[in-house]
Amino acid sequence: MVEELVILSGKGGTGKTSLAASFAVMGEREWILADCDVDAPNLQYLLEPTIEEQHPFSSSAIARIDKDRCDECGLCRTHCRFDSIDSTFEVDDVGCEGCGLCSYVCPRSAIAMQPRLSGYWFRSQTRGGIMLHAQLGFGEGNSGKLVARVKEEARQIAQASPLPRVLVDGPPGVGCPVIAALSGATAALLVAEPSISALGDLERIAEVCAHFQVPAGICINRFDAQPVYSDHIASLAKRLALPILGRIPYDEQFTWALLEGRTIVEGDTNRAGKAVRALWQETVTTLL
Amino acid sequence: MMPSIACASGKGGTGKTTVATNLARIMAYERDTHLVDCDVEGPNAHHFFTLESTQRSPVHVPVPHIDLSHCDLCGVCSDACAFHAISVLADTALVFPELCHGCGVCAYICPRNAITERPRTIGSVLEATCDGMAFTGGSLNPGEPMPPPIIQAAKKTARGRDYIIIDASPGSTCATVEAVHGTNFCLLVTEPTPFGLSDLRMAVGMCRRLDVPYGVVINRSDLGDGRVEDYCKEEAIPVLGRFPSDRCIADVYARGALIVDHNSAWEDRFRGLLMALDRLLKREVNHG
Repeated sequence: MVEELVILSGKGGTGKTSLAASFAVMGEREWILADCDVDAPNLQYLLEPTIEEQHPFSSSAIARIDKDRCDECGLCRTHCRFDSIDSTFEVDDVGCEGCGLCSYVCPRSAIAMQPRLSGYWFRSQTRGGIMLHAQLGFGEGNSGKLVARVKEEARQIAQASPLPRVLVDGPPGVGCPVIAALSGATAALLVAEPSISALGDLERIAEVCAHFQVPAGICINRFDAQPVYSDHIASLAKRLALPILGRIPYDEQFTWALLEGRTIVEGDTNRAGKAVRALWQETVTTLL
Repeated sequence: MMPSIACASGKGGTGKTTVATNLARIMAYERDTHLVDCDVEGPNAHHFFTLESTQRSPVHVPVPHIDLSHCDLCGVCSDACAFHAISVLADTALVFPELCHGCGVCAYICPRNAITERPRTIGSVLEATCDGMAFTGGSLNPGEPMPPPIIQAAKKTARGRDYIIIDASPGSTCATVEAVHGTNFCLLVTEPTPFGLSDLRMAVGMCRRLDVPYGVVINRSDLGDGRVEDYCKEEAIPVLGRFPSDRCIADVYARGALIVDHNSAWEDRFRGLLMALDRLLKREVNHG
């Protein structure tokens, strides 16, 4: 059975990736890493992967109209619910969901569904161990399916290890890619920050974890920047019966470390680095 | 001409909502303005306004209902469904509503007309006014995977105003694409870090693919390095604003207030941003 820890936040920019990279470095290569923010895959800037494998990712289809056969009857345009065929019978490849309805309704069999390339996934080596990551094409859909693929590859590699563990850096939000990142996970670490916006988003992501029955814990990042809202987070955690696993102080060192391509737990010891170390200990003992 | 301006960013937490809400406030002083929160997975713009005459409406998507007294379990629907939302077993047929994209293929293709479509609620749209400004906020129910129908519903409410400002979700794939698609301009809010730069590149790629003109706002411009500036120069991307890191803005933001209401230096910065935006929009109208 693979143990899987997913880092999520609801709101973006609360520090998921900085924490995931720090955990990866402290995990002593015992964890298989999965960067599941395929819209904005940033773990690579802290862990400097050497790519060993690259695979194209194609999971859906796109409509292609054979202009020689098409008599421009317009039935496909009437039926398409995604407004993805224009008046010149060109398919909008951003809008097309690949459902295939147009190909069924076309009386002249002029429409075929072709596989579409949505992006790539990679297997790499990093100083934190093996990392699976991916990149979607500009403006492509299917991020949930690509996340599922990255996780599946990570799990398969982990299974061969005596201590099968996967650490997932998740995407922001609560929709499809988040649900894919959360699916089948052992536990989730929710990274909150003290602001009214992050508070609302924390409640939403906690609700999603409860919906999918994944146990969760909370970490408050930059807790000292807005102590009042840190107290609000603590009250929310109490109401939701979720443990607070760590409090990390505001520290510009996070940004400076990022500019140097290292994590906060590498290099000089500082307050924030110590708090991240303590958070990691607490997360592993409490959630797993 | 009714310009719509999207505030987007590849990376989360760069300040999209701060820019969208404060810009909307400045704009609403002299123009008929509609702010639309299309970050339906983490809707936060409403925190920054006192909303009046609020009205919430549910958003539905069509999902199949299989009449088992007519269904002969032939399996044509499940074979045709591109989203694996129907499973036909030996003695029954199951629908998985969360996977359904509402394309209508199953109902069209069923040889026994056993499938009808019924509305299913996946979220809601809140309409309100605030000091003469119109406001719409979309919200996806936690546990639901698909934001696009909510985003479409939210955008539809914003017809008939002079200026529309759209707060998009972070990322560069489906939910962000849905929010930015069809707008007249996209403000890409970024920060001068390797994460910010990488995610900006993806957001620029998305705007180019959608053929939406774009410009950049560099937030916390003094907390990082010059690589975002260099990139914008190389690619000839206009930088419309450079906002310094400021404890004051963090405090005001955290408690859900608008910085332009509290600080004249920030009011001037947002007036400057609006002027820069006006100049670019005018140029787009003349050349586009």
